[in-house]
Amino acid sequence: MNRQLSQRFAFGLLWSAASATIIILAIIVMFIMVQGLPYVNLAFLTGGPIAQGREGGILPAILGTFALGALSLIIAVPLGVGAAVFLTEYTRPSPLTTIMRFGTDSLAGVPSIIFGLFGFIFFVTRLNLGWSLLAGGLTIALMVLPTLIRTAEEAIRAVPVAYREVSYGLGASRWQMVRTVVLPNALPGIVTGIILSFGRAVGETAAVIFTAGTALNIPTSVLSPTRTMAVHFYILAVEGISLPKAYATGAVLIATILVINVVANLLITRGVARAVRR
Amino acid sequence: MSDFKIQIERFGYAYGNETALRNITLNVRRNSILAIFGPARGGKTTLLRSINRLTDIGEPGTHSGRILLDGQDIYAPGLDVASLRRRVGMVFALPVALPMSILDNVAYGQRLRGVRSPSRIQDLVQQSLEAAALWDEVRDRLDAPATSLSGGQQQRLSIARVLALEPEVILLDEPTAALDPISTAKIEEALVTLKRQYTIIIAPHNVQQAGRVADDTAFFLMGECIEAGPASQLFTVPRDQRTEDYITGRFG
Repeated sequence: MNRQLSQRFAFGLLWSAASATIIILAIIVMFIMVQGLPYVNLAFLTGGPIAQGREGGILPAILGTFALGALSLIIAVPLGVGAAVFLTEYTRPSPLTTIMRFGTDSLAGVPSIIFGLFGFIFFVTRLNLGWSLLAGGLTIALMVLPTLIRTAEEAIRAVPVAYREVSYGLGASRWQMVRTVVLPNALPGIVTGIILSFGRAVGETAAVIFTAGTALNIPTSVLSPTRTMAVHFYILAVEGISLPKAYATGAVLIATILVINVVANLLITRGVARAVRR
Repeated sequence: MSDFKIQIERFGYAYGNETALRNITLNVRRNSILAIFGPARGGKTTLLRSINRLTDIGEPGTHSGRILLDGQDIYAPGLDVASLRRRVGMVFALPVALPMSILDNVAYGQRLRGVRSPSRIQDLVQQSLEAAALWDEVRDRLDAPATSLSGGQQQRLSIARVLALEPEVILLDEPTAALDPISTAKIEEALVTLKRQYTIIIAPHNVQQAGRVADDTAFFLMGECIEAGPASQLFTVPRDQRTEDYITGRFG
């Protein structure tokens, strides 16, 4: 095969691979949207479920989803970013950091149902938190921690060494250097990790059912049990309560993730970068 | 007080098993420009980085001997490295504009030490940019991103950023290596003016630059200081054959 032909062949192959993934994604999203959107209206978004969700809306599930996602990120982001900063800026490669990295990587490979079981045994029963937003948030936080640490580490490593030298050279302490140079410049990458983590949090079912419960009430405190959209979707579909309502919930869930992606990208990368730098 | 701002006494530095500097003894006069020149891998950068202890970051090596700043050992235990680096500023070979505004770049060091007063910051920024011969080009756009400046402007920004620290010593590691002749001339002019206030050590881009700016010179080869003395003497009647060979371009 001559060079031009092989070049064309490679281009065609790679192009097909790229388009195939996008097309598959589009089909899935379209399918859910076509099935679900006709049933989404204001009453669906702002009303409570009636008859286990056969009728009515999903407001408690929407609120539960945001509460659980936010709570797990509030717990996981400081831990994850802190761990990443520590591993990259405060330590040199050593057996200890190897063990810590191995630990986080192993954590990433653990199936979510195991996290759910652990959360149930430890947070729900042992710490007596009951099925609650807090128990669910803690469990999801543990689950997304490896993603957060890894993406934050990559982002921090990508900050040029020259910036660090300039900062140190101008009399910065390590923490001042991290705060003024590393974090602002690593922020877009860190935000990507946060968005991925939020996606996992709102999309998770198994671990959430075990730890946050399946209550259909609007949560009033971090100790309230709750039900997320993903769990609601699952229960509606599996228990054959209402397929249209299940698809409608799925459509709202997908739209939510999309909106969060766009808004987070816009707001956080622009706004916070400026604030942190001051 | 001694005439010497910096006294380097039998100083050595090694990265692991690799010796970068061997038994360097060198004095730097107050308010003068010392040029350390010589072929690559001679230890110039390591010496400059040792003087404000930038060698501590990354993979640090080991040192021997002493470096005294105003008679004080800068490697003394318990010494505040951040305040040493504020007294001894460093300009690197490649211009680096931190990704923030021009004003924030220049104000960076002072803000780190807690200076907040906008009028004080404004004054310092203007003075520093003027001294670095950049003020006229950026006075109308101090809030523009520093990364929008040209390479030559970014290097003068780097100098202004160091001047804003109000340091006592300025170290420059081939500050014009990446610059065009016009930018180079601007920086050299600025240096000659600056020595009235500061003590300057430069690793020049080439021998000619050492000749243009230096009061004193030191020739470094393979981690050793072969010869040091006033520029006028070292360039005209070098004592060591190797110095003469290098200056006359027989190797290097």
